[in-house]
Amino acid sequence: MRHLYRPFVAAVLATGALTSAAACSSSDGGGSGGSASGAYTFWDPYPQFDASSDWAKRVANCGASAGVTVKRTGMDTTDLGNKALLAAQQGNAPDVMLVDNPVVSTLVQAGILNKARDLGLDTSTIQPNIIGAGTLDGAAYGVPIGANTLALYYNGKVLKAAGVDPAGIKDWATLTSALQKVKAAGKKGITFSAIGTEEGSFQFLPWFWGAGGDLTKMNDPGGVAALSLWKDWLAQGLAPKDVLQNTQTTSWQEFATGKYAFGENGTWQLANAAKAGFPYGVINIPGQHGGSAPVPTGGEFVTVPVQRKTGRYAVSTKIVNCLISPTSLLATDTTLSYIAPLAAVQKEQVQRDATLKPWVSAVAAARGRTSNGLGTKYPVISQQLWTAVQSALSGGKSPQGALDMAQQAAASHS
Amino acid sequence: MTLARTDHPQRSPAAFRAAPRSGTRHRRARHRKSRLTAWAFALPLVIYLAAFYVYPLYRNLDLSLRRYTVRSFVEGDAPFAGWANFDQVLHDPTFGPAIRNTLVFTLVSIAVQYGAGLALAVFFNRRFHLSGLLRALFLVPWLLPLIVSSSTWAWMLNSESGVVNHALHLVGVSPVDWLGSPHWALTSVIIANIWIGIPFNLVILYSGLQNIPADLYEAAALDGAGAWQQFRRLTFPLLRPVTMVVLLLGFVYTLKVFDLIWIMTKGGPGDSSSTLATWSYRLGFGSLLPQFGPGAAVGNVLIVIALAFGLLYTHVQRRQEA
Repeated sequence: MRHLYRPFVAAVLATGALTSAAACSSSDGGGSGGSASGAYTFWDPYPQFDASSDWAKRVANCGASAGVTVKRTGMDTTDLGNKALLAAQQGNAPDVMLVDNPVVSTLVQAGILNKARDLGLDTSTIQPNIIGAGTLDGAAYGVPIGANTLALYYNGKVLKAAGVDPAGIKDWATLTSALQKVKAAGKKGITFSAIGTEEGSFQFLPWFWGAGGDLTKMNDPGGVAALSLWKDWLAQGLAPKDVLQNTQTTSWQEFATGKYAFGENGTWQLANAAKAGFPYGVINIPGQHGGSAPVPTGGEFVTVPVQRKTGRYAVSTKIVNCLISPTSLLATDTTLSYIAPLAAVQKEQVQRDATLKPWVSAVAAARGRTSNGLGTKYPVISQQLWTAVQSALSGGKSPQGALDMAQQAAASHS
Repeated sequence: MTLARTDHPQRSPAAFRAAPRSGTRHRRARHRKSRLTAWAFALPLVIYLAAFYVYPLYRNLDLSLRRYTVRSFVEGDAPFAGWANFDQVLHDPTFGPAIRNTLVFTLVSIAVQYGAGLALAVFFNRRFHLSGLLRALFLVPWLLPLIVSSSTWAWMLNSESGVVNHALHLVGVSPVDWLGSPHWALTSVIIANIWIGIPFNLVILYSGLQNIPADLYEAAALDGAGAWQQFRRLTFPLLRPVTMVVLLLGFVYTLKVFDLIWIMTKGGPGDSSSTLATWSYRLGFGSLLPQFGPGAAVGNVLIVIALAFGLLYTHVQRRQEA
């Protein structure tokens, strides 16, 4: 026995380093639990805002007006969902949490979010397509703090040099011919993000939906047309090959070099656009045969996770109500460069800044990714969708073949 | 071990026969006490191992044998699923490419790292001006945080604005789509990983070289051995124990490389640079809806592979010692 045991232990030791990487250890969520202490924990996906930022001050003030101190933690948006699940498993979920809207349905599925109605939060004035992403079976599980979406930024200088009038871009054909003109003029066409994460799906959806694509039947002609459009752009050199690794941030950096005519990007880049150093404009993403394509809603929801001590909800609700009050929303959405989810606040935003106008109309026409009953089916579909985009654009598969495989994988998952 | 053996009876049967019975009992009690003390000394280590190695291993095994949904993960009542997760993973279309990529990534990385590390170690073993400084410079990849070096590599290999393609352009080679092409993605991450791994091989092999007595080389030179013969007949055989350590540690380190690949390609495009490590992460954390069961199952497959090589190593080492 002993003979066998020793090398075994030695080998376990040698490979021990592995376990820490492979084990989905549950120790992560600890540390900032919201049990007995007076501080209320608050998580958000805005690590870019430190304690001195307006946002952090607003959160602290909302805590103070509810009579408590708020301990805010900002973390990366992809981390936040997993951390929330782990924390809920350990019974120390935060009191208030801002999560990206497609994560809401996953957290609801896990049973860790309270219904807005049960907390006494009023959501009746929120635009239905924005709150739709956080609504399951008719009940909203949070309140959107703001919305953002995608449109096409264009570089006025590049378009002018190529003799393209942005107003003439009405459908995919006119857009593609504009890109060809730009390329002929020696500049680069369009940049976007087709990375193998949720961001890639988010960026692909306007084209997918704009061709009438259906997420429950990804390999329908609409979806194939959208993927073929992207693939053709790459093949013709109208879009760079590195879109496959581009996040929306790196895609923006490409656009900001001034070499590209178009960049598909979000509302949140507006402040950077003003700093870009060239005349820019924004048009809605065209549908395949004209009109504006439906775009996916982005933006976070304020949620109140389930606690063992239900007595904490009253204060948490006060904090949430403070954050979603119209004055607070106006300030928050200005900081984040988001569109408010309330018509009244939107009007005020446009009054203050006329460049927001196309964004307000884009948000009004946007769709939630998890809306229409997709819920937690969306994450599975989305993963297959971005995989299909990656394998088609990299030349591994044809658009039809890639989407056939994606559809099959998504269907077999349930 | 040697202490315990000294009062073993068969050592000196004559003395044993002469000793009174009470003496044996006394000796046995003392023996028991010293064993208890030994265990007390080992206890902190045992607790440490249990908390940081055995428990995570157990948790990972448990995760991989249950059918987790997000709800049952939170409530902790996931039903036992037997081998279902492993079955799902083994029949997944990603499994084949992931195994193949893992082996190619690991073996090619180690082979080149070891070769380059050994060459550099031999090179630096003969002292010359600035050798210390140069050797220190070679350690830089090891000192940089992985996120920095991986991001830098991703940026250098960028197909549009990367410095590598620019250099290729200058010498008249058409640009390569390093990270975006399914044919090149794995090669790109291997190149970056080799660069990161060379210092480790260099340092250990260099210290191994320092332990080879210089008079052996003198004797070999007197016997008329040339530089190559000295390397082949002296350096290489004498480095064998160090080589074994370097290769095994390198294997285990490389097998689990995750951050580098994730930062550079996310395992893509498609599955073209997915390894077991990135696939496990992608299942568990890569999408909005985590699949902890299959993710843990892939992790366990990885552990079994590493364990098999660990056992192989100890086996070979024991045969060498014998």
